[in-house]
Amino acid sequence: MVKPVTIDAKGMHYTPLNQQIRKAVEDGASEVIVENVLGQRFIGDGLRGDATIHIHGVAGGDLAMFMSGPTVIVHGNAEHAPGNTMDSGKVVIHGSAGDAVAHSMRGGKVFVRGDIGYRGGIHMKQYETQRPILVVGGSAQTFLGEYMAGGLLVVLGLDGVMKAREIGSGIHGGEIIIRGDVGDSCLAAGAKKVSLTDADRARIAPVLREFAGDFGLDPEPLVSADYTRIVPASARPFAGKYTWE
Amino acid sequence: MSSNFGSIPLRYRVSIDREQCMECGRCIDNCSYGVFRRDGDRILINSRKCTACHRCLAYCPRDAIMLEEHPCDYRSHPVWNRQVREAIYNQARTGKIILAGMGSVANLPVIFDHLMLDACQVTTPPTDPLREPVELRTYLGKKPSRLDFRRNSNGDVELSTELAPNLMVETPILLGHMSYGAISLNAQVSMARAAKETGTYMGTGEGGLHPGLYPYQDRMIVQVASGRFGVNIDYLERGAAIEVKLGQGAKPGIGGHLTGEKVSKDVSRTRMIPQGSDAISPAPHHDIYGIEDLPQLVRSIKEATGWKKPVFAKVAAVNNTAENVAAVARASVDAIAIDGFRGGTGAAPRVFRDHVGIPIEVAIASADRELRKQGLRNEVSLIACGSIRESADVVKAIALGADAVYIGTAALAAMGCRVCGNCYQGLCPWGIATQRDDLVQRLNPDVASKQVANLIHAWTMEVTELMGAAGINSIESLRGNRDRLRGFMLDEGLLNVLDVKPVGA
Repeated sequence: MVKPVTIDAKGMHYTPLNQQIRKAVEDGASEVIVENVLGQRFIGDGLRGDATIHIHGVAGGDLAMFMSGPTVIVHGNAEHAPGNTMDSGKVVIHGSAGDAVAHSMRGGKVFVRGDIGYRGGIHMKQYETQRPILVVGGSAQTFLGEYMAGGLLVVLGLDGVMKAREIGSGIHGGEIIIRGDVGDSCLAAGAKKVSLTDADRARIAPVLREFAGDFGLDPEPLVSADYTRIVPASARPFAGKYTWE
Repeated sequence: MSSNFGSIPLRYRVSIDREQCMECGRCIDNCSYGVFRRDGDRILINSRKCTACHRCLAYCPRDAIMLEEHPCDYRSHPVWNRQVREAIYNQARTGKIILAGMGSVANLPVIFDHLMLDACQVTTPPTDPLREPVELRTYLGKKPSRLDFRRNSNGDVELSTELAPNLMVETPILLGHMSYGAISLNAQVSMARAAKETGTYMGTGEGGLHPGLYPYQDRMIVQVASGRFGVNIDYLERGAAIEVKLGQGAKPGIGGHLTGEKVSKDVSRTRMIPQGSDAISPAPHHDIYGIEDLPQLVRSIKEATGWKKPVFAKVAAVNNTAENVAAVARASVDAIAIDGFRGGTGAAPRVFRDHVGIPIEVAIASADRELRKQGLRNEVSLIACGSIRESADVVKAIALGADAVYIGTAALAAMGCRVCGNCYQGLCPWGIATQRDDLVQRLNPDVASKQVANLIHAWTMEVTELMGAAGINSIESLRGNRDRLRGFMLDEGLLNVLDVKPVGA
């Protein structure tokens, strides 16, 4: 068993920081602890393997972008687009995150305990067994799940009212599940509400339990809560828009 | 509900010389649009389905098939011409956006054709490429403004300036980005083999990298578009360079999408999206909402790939291309491709293809001038694309400021494409712009790759000869060398923008 590797990121540029993380993982570390993170971008960018990276501080933009496999746990907030175009692995953010969380994510999980900014889950997409999951504990802003092409996006609204409007603009795949009611006026073109079936509830229950476990929450109120399920009106939103020359 | 229009006149009329025809039926087998059918021992023709792809003409053993354009004229009118009227009929009938293929058909003058190249005579003798080397090797990427040296512990002089990664190409002609989905895998493989043989590179387009192209990955520029199709760390690491697509000359300012019908099992696997769903590339990248976000994306790609690969960006040629290019040059980008308004496409709204954007000649010249003005020209290489039709266009584009060119339609034509402009139908009888298995099989990569390589060889030789005639022995001396160009029948304003003198001056 290789000891956890601790890296002090204080005052460090992101490139040497990432190089140190990468080397630790390549050398077989199963756990890497990064202290004093203050906005360094691209942490875990393109990182492979199955190590767990603990980030203490505020992670900068594009955390775990293109990442394939590892788990990144942020004990603080993250800036915009954590999980951007992520392939697989898991990102757990104990604080809040900025805009475009999980942008074009194609696999793995992003769990945010707090709020996220605008365009959360934008263009998430799925493929065969690759099915990305974004769960937000707090609220999300406008354009949630825009152009969503696959995967599962859950917003729990644990800390108050969910603020997102224009939900699912251009959505053509995947599903958005929001705790409580969502007014029709909050839905964008291409999105429609459907009722959550028992099968849906059974399907998302393990995700909710995993989320609750990561943040020390009681899972049962989440599992039994009322949800609104939003899905694409069509997998072919442009099918009727064009004619041939 | 049917329309009031009835039938519009035929665009083409196909006929068969019955004296020559031996009823072999190859026209029936070859036409994927269904123009020909057999009725007893006679072959019947439905000209309405014809797209002038010429497949039947090419494969008729008796040269018995004839094809005419515009057999039925509308009342002649300089303003309300056939295209204008037919577009109205089409949209009045359907209420939809008209989709079109290939490059613009707008009847506008081609600036390249009004630029004449220079040659030497007696005051300066020409260079003979047969006995004197003409250097075409080009390095694409950032160049240092100056070089610093130091002495190492052995007392030897060594370079202390850190050089950015560059792509080395043996000819300034690269194969531009055409995605798997828009074109067939056989077409991509043909071009990849040609790129390998000729020492150049090929763009994957935004459709991901099919495993069939892995053997050529060291000659591939992998593209990251807003749809992020097929993009993961493996994809980024396989490419020799990575291109961020910000815009396309055929449709500036809009995204693109491959219709669900074309997202076959293999295309879906390569793009990493479900089979049969629309593959939508939105207009902007969703993590680029301002120029300050571009370096973020470029640096994330570089960070993921260890800063070992050059990252390109492609922009469409638009009015403020010079400002766009200067901004992109400051965004950690190593090369910028500028795609002119005549650039090809598998499918674009007709109104964009024919009316939006500016010519590549103007865009490249103004971008080059702006970069020089701002002291940034070394920061990036420029690649001109969008209607490079012959070797003279290559030389003119470089003289206007490009480092190299991308060719697209020309490479397709080298494989057999007749530029019929119906790529969006997915029925390309030449096996190029189609995913239908029986049609894809018509393109033999062994033959087609040789044809593309031949074209690149031929153009490269012509470029060498043109440079030799102008007394230029290295591509670096040609780059931005406006003195070797003269404008013929171009107005003063345009000459000023191009920074080119008129003929005789």
